[in-house]
Amino acid sequence: MKVLMKGNEALAEAAIRAGCRHFFGYPITPQTELAAYMSKRMPKIGGTYLQAESEVAAINMVLGASAAGVRAMTSSSSPGVSLKGEGISYMAGSDLPALIINVQRGGPGLGGIQPSQADYWQATKATGHGDFHILVLAPSTVQEMVDLVSDAFDLADQYRMPAMILADGMLGQMMEPVSLPEEAGKPLPAKEWAASGHQGARPHHIINSLYLTPDKLEQLVQDRFARYEQIKQKEQRAEEYLTDDADVVVVAYGASSRVARGAVNKAREQGLKVGLVRPITLWPFPVDALRKAASHAKAMLVVEMSMGQMVDDVKLAVECKTPVHFFGRTGGMIPTPAEVLEQIEKLV
Amino acid sequence: MAIVFQKPSTLTDAPMHYCPGCTHGIVHRLVAQALEELGAEGRAVGVASVGCSVMCYDYFSCDMVQAPHGRAQAVATGLKRARPENVVFTYQGDGDLAAIGTAETVHAATRGENITVIFINNAIYGMTGGQMAPTSLPGQVTQTTPYGRDTNTAGYPVKVCEMLSTLDGVALAQRVTVNNVKNVNIARKAIKKAFQNQLDGKGYSIVEVLSTCPTNWGLSPVEALRWLEDNMLPYYPLGVYKDVEGGVKK
Repeated sequence: MKVLMKGNEALAEAAIRAGCRHFFGYPITPQTELAAYMSKRMPKIGGTYLQAESEVAAINMVLGASAAGVRAMTSSSSPGVSLKGEGISYMAGSDLPALIINVQRGGPGLGGIQPSQADYWQATKATGHGDFHILVLAPSTVQEMVDLVSDAFDLADQYRMPAMILADGMLGQMMEPVSLPEEAGKPLPAKEWAASGHQGARPHHIINSLYLTPDKLEQLVQDRFARYEQIKQKEQRAEEYLTDDADVVVVAYGASSRVARGAVNKAREQGLKVGLVRPITLWPFPVDALRKAASHAKAMLVVEMSMGQMVDDVKLAVECKTPVHFFGRTGGMIPTPAEVLEQIEKLV
Repeated sequence: MAIVFQKPSTLTDAPMHYCPGCTHGIVHRLVAQALEELGAEGRAVGVASVGCSVMCYDYFSCDMVQAPHGRAQAVATGLKRARPENVVFTYQGDGDLAAIGTAETVHAATRGENITVIFINNAIYGMTGGQMAPTSLPGQVTQTTPYGRDTNTAGYPVKVCEMLSTLDGVALAQRVTVNNVKNVNIARKAIKKAFQNQLDGKGYSIVEVLSTCPTNWGLSPVEALRWLEDNMLPYYPLGVYKDVEGGVKK
């Protein structure tokens, strides 16, 4: 059965159904409904909703709850995610899983409150200091928000690292019909490493990111990067839409991919051979799908709600063998299908 | 030969790295002893904070989590909310608790988080080499107050127990020191009570321990104890600032 849900609320309900009972957050637009939904639901199911004193505190509460071995999450929007960078880095350095949701708005600084994709660099390159990655998943529909929340928790647990859902104010605020998974549909993975009290039955566990001996720290980081390599091999995801015969391949994720799809459909109506690659994982970046699409394309067009933060990743993926162009709007402006179509027409 | 005295089982055999005359060792022992006496070691989870005591995760034999600078009580909040049956404590210095972590401290306290906070106040940043702390005394010479702490520009010390005792969420706020046997015994009882409060579900309990830092104070261990007695005790009076018998939880 499908229900009509707002993106932010769907993210929250999906997290609960994925077994999350611990939410720590701080108010910020445009993710407000997510926290509000949690504050309503969590007390009814024996969970924790805690409004922290800051984003910094909230992410560190997530760190603590995750260290205790439970599924924990926080949600925020761009300026708040900057504050969470500290805790995300510590969790990466302590091999702790968690879910962070970013319902992006315009930046930099206080920016605006309209939809944006200007945190791509932050999410995929530098959520915090140090050598590390987090998993970044980018939904483009409310249904996909539901599906990816569950996947993000599973991947975070499997690889013991933080995962982020990179959404935006448009997806967070829009309503679409969704089908929700069964509650507690599957058992949660055991976490033998957790700091849950040794009960006199094992040596003590230390959840830690401090290593003062350089060769030890180097080894740990290298081990983590070996794990990242596995993830790059196994976990890339992208949707390929009408790419088989495409001369022009549009590349867009999240909200801007909805616009891009509209433009691609219009181009096809005109008989133009245009397709779309929609990255679903932003880290690991879906290099394989892009390479495949680029192998016969004459041009690529990256469409974003930013100044073109994903462009370099696309160029690297196709090794600059195919020209990569860009069209984007930023500051909370949303490109229209007509604008994108105009860019496509220039490239055909 | 009969054993009449030994270290608590809640301390590991790892050699401690603390400087001669530093009081961290005494306070570690008192924390470990309290956990042992209360039979809480198996369900205890400690939070190590950034500063000299960060490596206490190697010294306490219970499960340990290392927190980012200042965030120990936020991390403890997450640990306790996830597993309320566990006994969760933080072990924090003055820079961690009263400067970079002031917000986390005040709000964990005002929420009445059912945790135990051990607060080491030695009026200086030890780990980074002796900079002014939020609790450095007026006129105190440190690496970053080479002419003495000027209250006109560097402000006044934060009196943590006095401040936190104004909050309704605090069940126990007590300041102690470990400069002699009598005071060590008072500190021992205060720390045990702060853990007992948690077992009884009474809410936030903090014990502030006035401590020495001979290395960064530039004094011998004996001189450091005297400096503490002559300078810190008058500014930071010992005593119970708040003790809510029935706790703060309804």
